[in-house]
Amino acid sequence: MMHAFEYAAPKSLDEALKLLGSAWGDTEILAGGTDLLSLMKDFVVQPKRLVNLADVGLAGIAPEGDSLVIGAMTTLDALLAHASVPTALTQAAAGVHSPQLRSMGTIGGDLLQRPRCWYFRRGHGLLAQKDGASMVEAGDHRDHAVFGNGGAAKYVNPSSFAPALIALGASVKVRGQNGERSLAVKDLYRTPASATEREFTIASNEIVTHVVVPISRSSNATYEIRQRHGLDWPEASASVAVTVVDDKVTAASACLGHVAPVPWTVDVSSLVGSVLTAESAAAVAAEVVADATPLTMNGHKVELAKVALTRALLRAAGKEVVR
Amino acid sequence: MTDDTPRTSVRMTVNGEDVETTFGTHKTLLEVLREELGLTGTKHGCELGECGACAVEVDGKPILSCLLMAAECDGAKVETVEGLMDDARLHPLQEAFADLGAAQCGYCTPGFLMTAKSLLDANPKATRAEVKEALSGCLCRCTGYQQIFDAVLSAADKMGRA
Repeated sequence: MMHAFEYAAPKSLDEALKLLGSAWGDTEILAGGTDLLSLMKDFVVQPKRLVNLADVGLAGIAPEGDSLVIGAMTTLDALLAHASVPTALTQAAAGVHSPQLRSMGTIGGDLLQRPRCWYFRRGHGLLAQKDGASMVEAGDHRDHAVFGNGGAAKYVNPSSFAPALIALGASVKVRGQNGERSLAVKDLYRTPASATEREFTIASNEIVTHVVVPISRSSNATYEIRQRHGLDWPEASASVAVTVVDDKVTAASACLGHVAPVPWTVDVSSLVGSVLTAESAAAVAAEVVADATPLTMNGHKVELAKVALTRALLRAAGKEVVR
Repeated sequence: MTDDTPRTSVRMTVNGEDVETTFGTHKTLLEVLREELGLTGTKHGCELGECGACAVEVDGKPILSCLLMAAECDGAKVETVEGLMDDARLHPLQEAFADLGAAQCGYCTPGFLMTAKSLLDANPKATRAEVKEALSGCLCRCTGYQQIFDAVLSAADKMGRA
């Protein structure tokens, strides 16, 4: 049961932009609805107006120059069905273990879904502060951040696709009243300093319209680790893109998911110049997680992040040992 | 709800029947099916997309009716568990669920049936692993799932032979 609100189904982007408010919370953008409607039922967001993007023409995947341009309203099913979508993305889409969520959920909605942090979902705000102290630190935080958690934000970014898109060097197109701009996917996220800010760098009256993925010959992969096989967000994930020439790595990029308030880009450049092996993958992963700052209950996520990164690298290199 | 609550009308085809209905604009498809159209086979579960009890098909796609605004369904073709029977004949999935003990309390059964139907329509020769994967967004607290997987595979077998 949700509170009443005004519902708008604009037929064009321009019309949609005019319907969006300039303050967060007054209006919300409806894509697949799988996250937004849950937030509204829990009264975490209570918009006065919902602006549905279903009819503004943002679904579809098309090559454009050296890139693959994916409309923000493209569903996970459509991504899985398209032959040119990079493996790191299809592996992330397949990780959503529900045919219904895959047919409803969109890539834009995935990128802009709100954190799963149970303090946030129960109405305590993104930073979950009480009497100036962190409820997360004092309470159960087994699924919370193990990187980038030195400030007030302890939740983890929930996106399935952001780590893969960052590893692939993708950007998003953002439309506002003053035109269009391009933003690296990495720069879509920020760690809010106060409870009134959102975790995104875009404004409430801007729309992410497309995801632009450079077409590359890199081998790429995503590896996610869940507590159980069913429907759940991963405890940790890693997406990587590796270019190999004459058996040697010439470029490598990686991003971890579900371990920090933002998708956590990591440096795996020490792989460059040598052959990618189980040993070198494990070594670079160990180096990466050496910087982790786990809280008292979530040390296991450091190990999971290390394993996810090691296996994502081996999967990209075609050297994964399937257990 | 107050008198000035925004209201919306849609026309839909529900289980082959044309319907026109008016409801509070903030209602989900699940609420409209149950409260306006009297189709209570589709269940309220978690309401958050985690349990699958509200699964139906819209325009041939499996969806969760608790996470879809009914206002989005103008012109849509909706199939619910009430439409599974062919006249007085149970759907092979319904028969198999009854025969193999795939339903105990029965609350999750409509969601499982509709999700399994979507799977078998798309992939009539689904393997046990594919059945498990497709049903992993549906929760059952009674059966332990094995009878459900057995029933879906048995129905697939029967439908293949029919």
